Amino acid sequence: MLLDVRDLRVEFRTRDGVARAVNGVSYAVDAGETLAVLGESGSGKSVAAQAVMGILDTPPGRITGGEVLFRGRDLLRLKEERRRRIRGAEMAMIFQDALSALNPVLDVGSQLGEMFVVHRGMSRGQARARAVELMDRVGIPAARERAGDYPHQFSGGMRQRVMIAMALALEPALIIADEPTTALDVTVQAQVMELLARLRRELDMALILITHDLGVVAEAADRIAVMYAGRIVETAPVHAVHRAAAHPYTRALLDSVPRLDRKGRELYAIRGLPPNPLRVPPGCAFHPRCPVARDICRTDEPPLYEAGEGRRSACHFWRETLDG
Amino acid sequence: MAEPRKSDDSMDATPNVTEVATADAVTVDDSVAAIEATVERGEPILQVRNLVKHFPLTQGVLFKKQVGAVKAVDGISFDLYQGETLGIVGESGCGKSTVAKLLMTLEKATAGEVFFKGQDITRLSGRALKAVRRNIQMVFQDPYTSLNPRMTVGDIIGEPFDIHPEVAPKGDRRRRVQELLDVVGLNPEYINRYPHQFSGGQRQRIGIARGLALNPEVIICDEPVSALDVSVQAQVINLMEKLQDEFNLSYIFIAHDLSIVRHISDRVGVMYLGKMAEIGTDTQIYDHPTHPYTQALLSAVPVPDPEAREGRERIILSGDVPSPANPPSGCRFRTRCWKAQDKCATEVPLLAVPERFKGTGGHAAHESACHFAEEKDVVHAA
Ligand SMILES: Nc1ncnc2c1ncn2[C@@H]1O[C@H](COP(=O)(O)OP(=O)(O)OP(=O)(O)O)[C@@H](O)[C@H]1O
Ligand SMILES: Nc1ncnc2c1ncn2[C@@H]1O[C@H](COP(=O)(O)OP(=O)(O)O)[C@@H](O)[C@H]1O
Ligand code: SF4
Ligand code: SF4
Ligand SMILES: [Mg+2]
Ligand SMILES: [Mg+2]
Repeated sequence: MLLDVRDLRVEFRTRDGVARAVNGVSYAVDAGETLAVLGESGSGKSVAAQAVMGILDTPPGRITGGEVLFRGRDLLRLKEERRRRIRGAEMAMIFQDALSALNPVLDVGSQLGEMFVVHRGMSRGQARARAVELMDRVGIPAARERAGDYPHQFSGGMRQRVMIAMALALEPALIIADEPTTALDVTVQAQVMELLARLRRELDMALILITHDLGVVAEAADRIAVMYAGRIVETAPVHAVHRAAAHPYTRALLDSVPRLDRKGRELYAIRGLPPNPLRVPPGCAFHPRCPVARDICRTDEPPLYEAGEGRRSACHFWRETLDG
Repeated sequence: MAEPRKSDDSMDATPNVTEVATADAVTVDDSVAAIEATVERGEPILQVRNLVKHFPLTQGVLFKKQVGAVKAVDGISFDLYQGETLGIVGESGCGKSTVAKLLMTLEKATAGEVFFKGQDITRLSGRALKAVRRNIQMVFQDPYTSLNPRMTVGDIIGEPFDIHPEVAPKGDRRRRVQELLDVVGLNPEYINRYPHQFSGGQRQRIGIARGLALNPEVIICDEPVSALDVSVQAQVINLMEKLQDEFNLSYIFIAHDLSIVRHISDRVGVMYLGKMAEIGTDTQIYDHPTHPYTQALLSAVPVPDPEAREGRERIILSGDVPSPANPPSGCRFRTRCWKAQDKCATEVPLLAVPERFKGTGGHAAHESACHFAEEKDVVHAA
């Protein structure tokens, strides 16, 4: 296992109380594998990823438990100095908003080159050449001329490519991409996803793809982890989830998206709203919205049950759910 | 009213544009009467003809000199039929919101006409314009920024009554606002709360209630669910469909999510760089697209079915959308089109049923602005 996150917990102290943003997240990624982390906004996808990368703002955030085993080492126990060296070189992150992730006052060639200067001790000239090579590799036309341009001079899709180039510069073993295409048009999204898939194959990297788009999951991922209220509620191979979900929330999500290939009837709508992290419901956090909740769900928090080959479900009634 | 008519059972034969029956309104009263007249279900209620909006590009600080124009909307024609939903899709910047603003008379058209029940709203003023504005309302994308944070929900929903007091007399307003809250599925007791006390989905319901306040006949929805989570999106879409039936509304539904647009629309128009590339029923556009841009757009949509990822053809477009200030000659899509030929650079393809499909009665017989229109199914796995 390349990355093994176990029972990760993150809290935020706010004026209104303690927000339990991540309540025991466990997921694992093998070398070369793509894991999709799916969940609605506020479910804790980004906070969990930031804790794994070691870029969580502390305070207000605080990691209150768990382990992040990367190549066998628990990153949470390493000194910041060691973690900084791992970031970029061994694991890297791609964000939704490239404009705010890139330095606005440095041309992109220098930003990319910086990675080689700092981590690989290259000269400015060598680094510049590598930067241009990288830009070319991620499909930026006229890379040599554009290396002198600033981030705002690129279109959204091209900026996303610059950020991908930055993440890939040192050929890390793991990339975490947090909604890398959410802000893009579908045509550009297709370009960027294709690029990511190609580079991932060429460099044999593992990818954690955070998204709320079931379509993106189906097209890009090997396995899926579904988050709800700061927990993983189901993990499974992508094909298996589509055939039958082992958690009522996953099932509801699948049923609530309209289809492209035919006109559907009325959409299935999950009643109610996602919980406020300041007041996560007791028992199963999904129980106020779950169509099949029973008494035990209001009191007992379901563990992540083994629900078949490579599958887990945090539902007391996963078996019935699987059987439909 | 205009012939030919659209009947529910012959949807596929619906022409994109029908003849405009311009009532000879001599006086303002005539205009207002025409605007208040009833339109039968399936008759055109809104007819857009050669609509153009150019935003001037200027240079210089003191003496502004026009150096060009952003051709945001560049000659668009379509009809909206009473009781239907017309979806409009296209990439960011193709002019969707500008069309919406023109229909709302929030922007002044550079050229072209917009007929509402035969009255050209681009030329109306005074009472007639006011009557049109009451009848065409809008629901915006962003439930976070489109509501004034300092106003109560009651004031927000009731605000349109300030301009149109005839719809709800002062003493009746509170009751009317509570009724609207109930209609959109919010607790009428929330009337004194502020927007920040609501979730995104609830705020979008407030926006919809406000849009309904004046009993409009047409509602223009610009990305109404784009900012919402999937589970909440479904709630709002279902609500919009229910309200359409209940109040006999016609919708223009602008969105970039092609699956949602298919779900809610009777007909769909595909825009590219200020022009309409293709328009037809949902079956014609999604299952039988003939314009290369529509095909590329649809093929790019990731579908939630993992089995489909092997079986579907993917068309990955190269490059970015060109600038609308300097669109390519001939066909605007030619810089990204894999089928482009010399003719595409010199002749502008018109939006019409391609000759080869005329009279075939097949689903490909719908309007498409391409010299080399061909049917291609990109949505279903082979
Ligand atoms: N007031 C304005 N002044 C100058 N240009 C404008 C103005 N409003 C819009 N534009 C330009 O007109 C074009 C069309 O814009 P519009 O907002 O209609 O696009 P859209 O299709 O709604 O895009 P999106 O999907 O991003 O909402 C864009 O190039 C935009 O930059
Ligand atoms: N800096 C912060 N202070 C307080 N709460 C935060 C902070 N960052 C995130 N949260 C809360 O943590 C929860 C999970 O957030 P996030 O991981 O960003 O969700 P997602 O990425 O799944 O949309 C949310 O309820 C969010 O409001
Ligand atoms: S544990 Fe109970 S409430 Fe939770 S998902 Fe399962 S059935 Fe529903
Ligand atoms: S007219 Fe030519 S460039 Fe335009 S879409 Fe058709 S084939 Fe492509
Ligand atoms: Mg996030
Ligand atoms: Mg817009």
